[in-house]
Amino acid sequence: MFIPEASNSALKVDSTFTSILIIEVILLAIVTSAMVFFVVRYNIRRKQKPENIEGSMFLEIVWTVIPTLLVLVMFYLGWKSFDIIRRVPKEVMTIGVTARQWSWLFSYENGKQSNVLRVPMGQPVKMLLTSADVLHSFYIPAFRIKEDCVPRMQTYMWFTAEEEGTYDIFCTEYCGLGHSGMLSKVIVMPEKEFAAWYGRAEEKVEKPAGQKILEEKGCLGCHTTDGTRKIGPTFKGLYGSKVTVLTNGKERVITADEKYIKRSVTDPGADIVKGYPNIMPKLPVTNEELEQIVEYLETLK
Amino acid sequence: MVMDNEAAMKAPVSFYGEEGRFKGIFSWIFSTNHKRIGIMYLVAILTFFSIGVILGILMRINLISPGKFISERTYNSLFTIHGVIQIFLFIIPGIPASLGNFFLPILIGSRDVAFPRINLMSWWFYMIGGAIVILSIFTGGGAPDTGWTFYAPYSIRTTANVSLALVGVIFLGFSSIFTGLNFITTIHRLRAPGMTFFRMPLFCWSLYATAWTQVLATPVLAITLLLIILERAFAIGFFEPTLGGDPILYEHMFWIYSHPAVYIMILPAMGIVTEIFPVFAKRTIFGYKAIAFSSLSIAFFGYLVWGHHMFTSGMSDTARVIFSLITFMVAVPTGVKVFNWIATLYKGSIQLDSPLIYSLTFIFLFSIAGLSGLIIGTLSLNLYLHGTYFIVGHFHYTMFGGAGFGFFAGLHYWYPKMTGRMYNEKTAKIAWLTIFIGFNILYFTMFILGLEGMPRRYFQYQPQFRTNHIISTVGSWILAAGLILMFGNFIRSLFRGEKAPMNPWGGKTLEWTIPSPPPAENFEKIPVIEHGPYKYE
Repeated sequence: MFIPEASNSALKVDSTFTSILIIEVILLAIVTSAMVFFVVRYNIRRKQKPENIEGSMFLEIVWTVIPTLLVLVMFYLGWKSFDIIRRVPKEVMTIGVTARQWSWLFSYENGKQSNVLRVPMGQPVKMLLTSADVLHSFYIPAFRIKEDCVPRMQTYMWFTAEEEGTYDIFCTEYCGLGHSGMLSKVIVMPEKEFAAWYGRAEEKVEKPAGQKILEEKGCLGCHTTDGTRKIGPTFKGLYGSKVTVLTNGKERVITADEKYIKRSVTDPGADIVKGYPNIMPKLPVTNEELEQIVEYLETLK
Repeated sequence: MVMDNEAAMKAPVSFYGEEGRFKGIFSWIFSTNHKRIGIMYLVAILTFFSIGVILGILMRINLISPGKFISERTYNSLFTIHGVIQIFLFIIPGIPASLGNFFLPILIGSRDVAFPRINLMSWWFYMIGGAIVILSIFTGGGAPDTGWTFYAPYSIRTTANVSLALVGVIFLGFSSIFTGLNFITTIHRLRAPGMTFFRMPLFCWSLYATAWTQVLATPVLAITLLLIILERAFAIGFFEPTLGGDPILYEHMFWIYSHPAVYIMILPAMGIVTEIFPVFAKRTIFGYKAIAFSSLSIAFFGYLVWGHHMFTSGMSDTARVIFSLITFMVAVPTGVKVFNWIATLYKGSIQLDSPLIYSLTFIFLFSIAGLSGLIIGTLSLNLYLHGTYFIVGHFHYTMFGGAGFGFFAGLHYWYPKMTGRMYNEKTAKIAWLTIFIGFNILYFTMFILGLEGMPRRYFQYQPQFRTNHIISTVGSWILAAGLILMFGNFIRSLFRGEKAPMNPWGGKTLEWTIPSPPPAENFEKIPVIEHGPYKYE
């Protein structure tokens, strides 16, 4: 195959693909070679006198019934493997997926959260998917599965990873400006290694509350804290700096103070930083959270 | 039935020279003559097609080196506008409104369509809709960036100029409904004496099946898009989950129209190649009734398969299984058509001119399209390939390789009749070869990209996809060169081409019994029909 087969579902999908492809290549070869053969054999240079054949009931029945049987076989192959891919075993480990513009957050049963998906090899995992804003789709090509993440709804998928390694996670439902940057990785680890990671307490260094909020709300999908430009302006050195913004289409220079930062979160379209698109969604935040964000940004000199 | 040559010589001036109430440009844009409307549609449709192609090429250029030439925001608008134009302004009106308008009345022995004024109104709605869509690119919050599918809730939340574009699409929808209504009535009421349903050329059957789909399915689209506009303006809560709406409901309503729309696009192209095969094989069509009924059953089954666009949407697994089963059943009547076309070549006397070459290519490319469609209609494989470049490859083989090549076949076939001139056959063949090579390099590579896991609508991508993206982009240049050659041949031949005889291909249907180009009223005397359409001795 073109890409690694790293899960039970990948093996199922690939074997179904191969069977169907073989049937189809044969069909295409028959159709094409018949076409080419007739065009050559009955070319006007070889055959001046055409014969009028109005049709044949027998042939019509043949080429209705045989394709019907063939497509039913294909349907059945697809259904059978689909059924296995969708039927969740009783003993599974559950991981929550929250998609948002434009990042992924994985939440484990013990409260651990991560932007990268870590799963144990050889153990069935069920993913419970949802979205915080618009439609997304959670896709792991190496596992050959995807499922949409729908706001206010829970969808699911499951798999057993079979090969150790690191594989791509893509968003495959168009979700706006940063769609093609909404990437992550799935790391398949041997069970022992995974258990060690899973059991390890959160890192001792306590993150600032503001940083946690930025991570959870997905702000860091567009804004960096290290000075690089992403979809939105960076947070580094923002506090207290002079910013050129467009307010109702008029350009003006303001100082990024507490008031400005708070307004930029609660009403992102009010002042748009020059050179950036007006696309930031309004996020529900409490006053306390706002304070913590400002406090954290102040530290990013 | 056959008017003799002498009568043809004495026939009145062609519809180009017709003296109407108006002069100059007004004699066109206010004309109710189906042939003038057909030509106006053709010019407008091919213009929009060219714009769509240019946008597509810009997208491919971005994908050589993302971000170097085009920004992320622009790229997202490019694929949105490319889709909206190619679907709503090119392929859906495409064959019925241009070639259908021109030839349907002639093929059934009528002087015009049933409602000539509605016909003109449909063209005006089309132009207004097109103008609004173009306007939406340059006004308001910027060009729409939702993809042509306008999925909620993103389409509700984006600040881009979505509402205006949707108004344009609603106009286009009504234009399509008017055309459908007109064709159904025309076929029922205006057939020449003796022209029973089963003596109609099969192109008319395909337009008939298409017209019903246009009339019955398009209103659903209008309603759905209107709901999006209302939702954007008044935050009502149809599809926006934070207001209690359901985004999956939107997907259902959108595809209830947009899947049958796929058959609106492809059925007329099937109709065209059905006309071409007997003429260039110099024998009657194989399995007339099978082809006629397969058109109807494709149109019917086409209504019931929309869910296959939603296999990963979160819809119930039961629904997925049912939609997959019906999807597979649509393949059967499609296969029946292919087999009958090929059987029509059997023991014919085949003249390999460009209309037939395009028709044969249609079968080849459409077979790949259909077979790749079965792959993504297979439940488990859809989980793998949905939303990837495999889908992009599949629907370009269907829409462009199928409907597009059928359209090109029809353009070559009827060009002499419409313009009264012959195009250069050698140039046409070179253009075909270039288009065919470019097409397959451009789109077959997309199947491979899809199998490698490359998602669609991606402005940038992981390094492992780079080589194939570059190959695909080179294909787009070859394809564009071929298209320029083909259209250049058509345009040049308007002025320099030889005069076309009445019946250059030896066709037996009615359009070949009247002068090229046809007189304003088509027939001096309405013919009386005594036998089927493909009567070769």
